[in-house]
Amino acid sequence: MKAGSNLEKVLEKGMFAVTGELSPPKGNDVSVIKRKAGLLKGYVDAINVTDNQTAVVRMSSIATSSLLIQMGLEPVMQMTTRDRNRIAIQSDILGATALGIKNMLCLTGDHHTLGNQVDSKNVHDLDSIQLIDCVRTMRDQGTLLGGEEKVEGEIKLFIGAGENPFADPFEFRAIRLGKKVAVGVDFIQTQCIYDMNRFKEWMKMVQDRGLHEKCHILAGISPLSSGQIILQLKEKILPKVIIPDALIDRIKKSQKPDEEGVRICVEQIKELKEMKGIHGIHIMGMDQEEKIGQIVDSAGLLPRPKVE
Amino acid sequence: MIKAEQKPIDEILRYLDPYNKILLSGCGACVTVCHAGGEKEVGLLASALRMERRKIGKRMEVLEATPPRQCEPEFALELAETIEKVEAVVSIACGVGIQTLTRYFQNIPVFPGVNTTFMGETVMHGVWEERCQACGNCILEKTGGICPIARCAKQLLNGPCGGSSKGKCEIEQETDCAWQLIYDRLKGLGQLYRLEEIIPAKRWGMESRDRGPRRIVREDLKV
Repeated sequence: MKAGSNLEKVLEKGMFAVTGELSPPKGNDVSVIKRKAGLLKGYVDAINVTDNQTAVVRMSSIATSSLLIQMGLEPVMQMTTRDRNRIAIQSDILGATALGIKNMLCLTGDHHTLGNQVDSKNVHDLDSIQLIDCVRTMRDQGTLLGGEEKVEGEIKLFIGAGENPFADPFEFRAIRLGKKVAVGVDFIQTQCIYDMNRFKEWMKMVQDRGLHEKCHILAGISPLSSGQIILQLKEKILPKVIIPDALIDRIKKSQKPDEEGVRICVEQIKELKEMKGIHGIHIMGMDQEEKIGQIVDSAGLLPRPKVE
Repeated sequence: MIKAEQKPIDEILRYLDPYNKILLSGCGACVTVCHAGGEKEVGLLASALRMERRKIGKRMEVLEATPPRQCEPEFALELAETIEKVEAVVSIACGVGIQTLTRYFQNIPVFPGVNTTFMGETVMHGVWEERCQACGNCILEKTGGICPIARCAKQLLNGPCGGSSKGKCEIEQETDCAWQLIYDRLKGLGQLYRLEEIIPAKRWGMESRDRGPRRIVREDLKV
């Protein structure tokens, strides 16, 4: 065991993992976290805690993760390289592990000009691959970046990263995942899958490189809710996801678009479960945490395993 | 070359409010090429400044000069005689040229008339794009001759982020994704294997730009 987290145990035992996602509040109201945690408890093996996603200021991922631990839930602390140089990154890793955080997701982060602090100075001292390398070095070699300085104590982290099969250059995406594997990533969560055909093509490239045997791949899904939201997705977040027209039509024509969105997710899970190299799913709620439980339940993924 | 854009005239007029006789100095090098601070722009801006001041009934005398390269002391010093006759200087050379005047002419205010923007190339007449950020340790050998530090908004060294779509950057639809360009270039060269190389964290602190102003000393050239 690298970190002994619940997520690691579930995956190492070969069980189909389920992770969810929680957006910290745009303030310091702990009751928001309690409410969202309550919606997720028992439905997922671990919960991603976003790090100022879309570059909008929210409560820190570390603090929110720590609060989730106090509430009896297991966090996957997300960390972006957008806002921290390597001093802050390593310092935060020391702090996060001291607080009991055992999973960490290494990300580049959304560009700061897309958020609500557009005049800030971005950092990007490391990229996500160099961040994985940094965490793995701290964990496996017990040293800070640079290799000389010993870390006092032990860093136990199950190291994750994101990957977007829907971004370009398409042929580069598997190469880039290969780099993440080469520097020691343990698990991958993908961007939301709507275009299953393209996802399969990507998985084929991943399989050809044997990467699915070297890391756990969790397929990302997220419920579509209404035509309006889809339009917003298409216009604003389009570069990151591809939503086929057929799915958009299903939501548009549905009397109950929210239920239809959940139904689509359940169908996707069924298909993903059969796919070689997919070891779990990552459900992104996009601030609709209440739907995560519905999806997991409808997909027959309950009860979540208790592993020792 | 260094690229610059002229500041709004109202801003320049605000700087010059207390003065009635100034030197407007351009530069015959980079800013001439990007039509921001050459002899032609000196002439145009000088006329505009005179006119604006006349409009509010306040005369201003504007002397004009365009040294071949304002950032070279020998050319900057040629302005000495003119500078003695004025109360302030507006320079529409780049930020480097402006500071050469500041260094040599300690007793006179020097104001910028341009915003120095980047080091770039002409992509078509009237369009310039950033190409180099002078990071101090060139990695173009690894990236097919296309710089992700200057051309990727996140300065990513190991490939594109999830926001690269159809060749463009998610934050600016007009901007090419640097890593798409790198991919296409290496594919064309039959060198896609180069993308597999893991580029380690850059040494921004010791061998790059984040240790304060950099300096080159060539003992063989010093006098």
